Order: sequence, then C-alpha cells, then structure tokens
Amino acid sequence: MNLFRNVVFIAAIAGLVGGIALACMQAYATDPLILKAEVYEKAGGGHHHDHAAVTTNDNAMSSAVPADNAMSGAAPAPAEAAAPVEDEGWAPADGFERFAFNVLANIVSGIGFALILVAVSEFMGGIGNWRQGVFWGLAGFAIFTLAPGLGLPPKLPAMPDADLLQRQIWWTLTVVATAAGLGLIAFRKSLPLALLGIALIVAPHIVGAPQPDSFVTPIPEGLHHQFIVASTLTRLVFWLVLGAVVGVVRGRFTGTATSLRDSFA
Amino acid sequence: MNTASVSLGASVSSQSRFMQLALAALLGTFIIGFVGFSHIDAVHNAAHDYRHSMGFPCH
Repeated sequence: MNLFRNVVFIAAIAGLVGGIALACMQAYATDPLILKAEVYEKAGGGHHHDHAAVTTNDNAMSSAVPADNAMSGAAPAPAEAAAPVEDEGWAPADGFERFAFNVLANIVSGIGFALILVAVSEFMGGIGNWRQGVFWGLAGFAIFTLAPGLGLPPKLPAMPDADLLQRQIWWTLTVVATAAGLGLIAFRKSLPLALLGIALIVAPHIVGAPQPDSFVTPIPEGLHHQFIVASTLTRLVFWLVLGAVVGVVRGRFTGTATSLRDSFA
Repeated sequence: MNTASVSLGASVSSQSRFMQLALAALLGTFIIGFVGFSHIDAVHNAAHDYRHSMGFPCH
C-alpha cells in the first residue's frame, strides 16, 4: 500500500493548504453574505424589517451592498444568541465555534477533493509540477463548480429550492458526466470521442436541474448575485491552489517531476 | 492505461496500482459525500456555511 500511502500524504498536505486558504477567503467573501441573508431569513420572509440590528460593515464586499438593500447597511451581529437557521439538532454556536467548524469542514473536504484529484491524475501519469497542477485545478473547478453551478447556482439561506435529494442526484450526475466528458476530450485523441465528451458535458443541462416551484424570496437579487460571484471565485482560487500544491509536493516525492510524461499540456 | 515513466510507488504491479488509486479516489468521494451531502442534522449544521459557500445542494 505504498502508493496509497503516498497519495493520501500528498492529498492531506494539499487539502490542508487549500482548505485553510478557502476558509480564509470565505470568512472574507462569502460568510458575511450568508450572515446577511440570515437576517432576512429570521425576519420571517416577505416583508422588510427596519430594526434588524446593525453594526456597520467593515469588509470590502460591503461597498456594493447597500444599493440594493431595502434596509440601510443591514449587517447581522454574528454574536447574537439566536440559533442559526436550521432549528433541528445540534448546531455550532454563532461566532468562533461556527467559524471553527467551517474551517474544519473546509480542510476535511479539501482533503477529500485532493484525494480524488491526486488519484485521478496518477492514472493519467501524475501532476508533474505546479503549472500542470494549475491546469488540473482548472479542470476540477470546471467539474465541481462551474458545471453544477450552472443548473444549481449557490444559494443563500431563505432561498426556495427543489427537493434536496433530487438536487443532490442531479449535482452528482452532472459532476460525473462533466468529468467523463473532459477526460474524453483531454486524454483520447479522437474526434468522435471528443464530440461524445462535449455531449456528455452538455447533456445534464439539457435534462435540466430540478427547480423550485416558486422563486419568491426575501433575499435581494443583488445580494444573491454577489454571493454567486464570491462563491465561484473563492472556489476557483481553491482549485488552483489545490492543483499547484499537489504538483509541488508530488515533485518533492518523486524528485524527477520534470521528466514525467507530459500528460496534459 | 499507459503507465507513467515515473510514478508514486513505482514498483507496484499495475493491478495493485489500480486498486490503490481507486481506493484513494473512493475515500475522497466518501469524505466529500459525508461533509457535503450527509442528511444528518448535526453534520449539516456544522458544515452549513461551507455547504452554502461551496454550492452544495443544501436544506
């Protein structure tokens, strides 16, 4: 199990670095928007409240917000005692605990993504250096972020959605189909197979993602748009970092990274 | 499947190589599934912000 151990080791380092980087970006870019959305969620939907307690925003993203917020400068107070969103079962307390669990989730699933990335890339000859890693990272971004995000854009709390299980099934099938399609295009030097690859990438979107019955939400359109941009960009950087780190660490391992088969570029 | 001239754990047979890589990918899939897709309330709540930020289907 020598190979397995090496793969896990590389994935652990890459996932740790990528996960921490992503958690930092989220703390700055997406988490404040989620907290803002929870103010709307707690307000009970539909009507706007004028008393949503407010501390002024100090993050850079906030400059664009007030324009489309009905209430002025509405930022939530994260330390508020109210339980976060879902009222069933245990949930981390707002503030540090919630942040800590978010960091943990980022690292753990960062390692998960890295395991898949390293394992699949080893089948294709391995990621030789950080630049190849960046391209692999771009592929990961396209597979896990872009493709499912077209049909199921990232949502804020208090936004309506279709049945959870159906969305999870569509999300998974879209990821698998996109990965297979990209693989056919990148690693099979055949026009018919490349065309099949394109068809695989497009197919899930012709089928269409499960959509909610109603799109009515108290969340302002502008806030949601901002969230989509922040969520997508942070994940782009995450994937590039993940791929690059895998390339660097793997190079240290083999010591002969530059002589690897030029499997991608 | 072409074998690379240099690979991690170069001495393993191709069948063992396949199994080990498949196992690693499976482990990764399992981890993502648990953090991002689990219907257990506590897991959902712990990773709630992460799921939203990552665009995982949530709620």
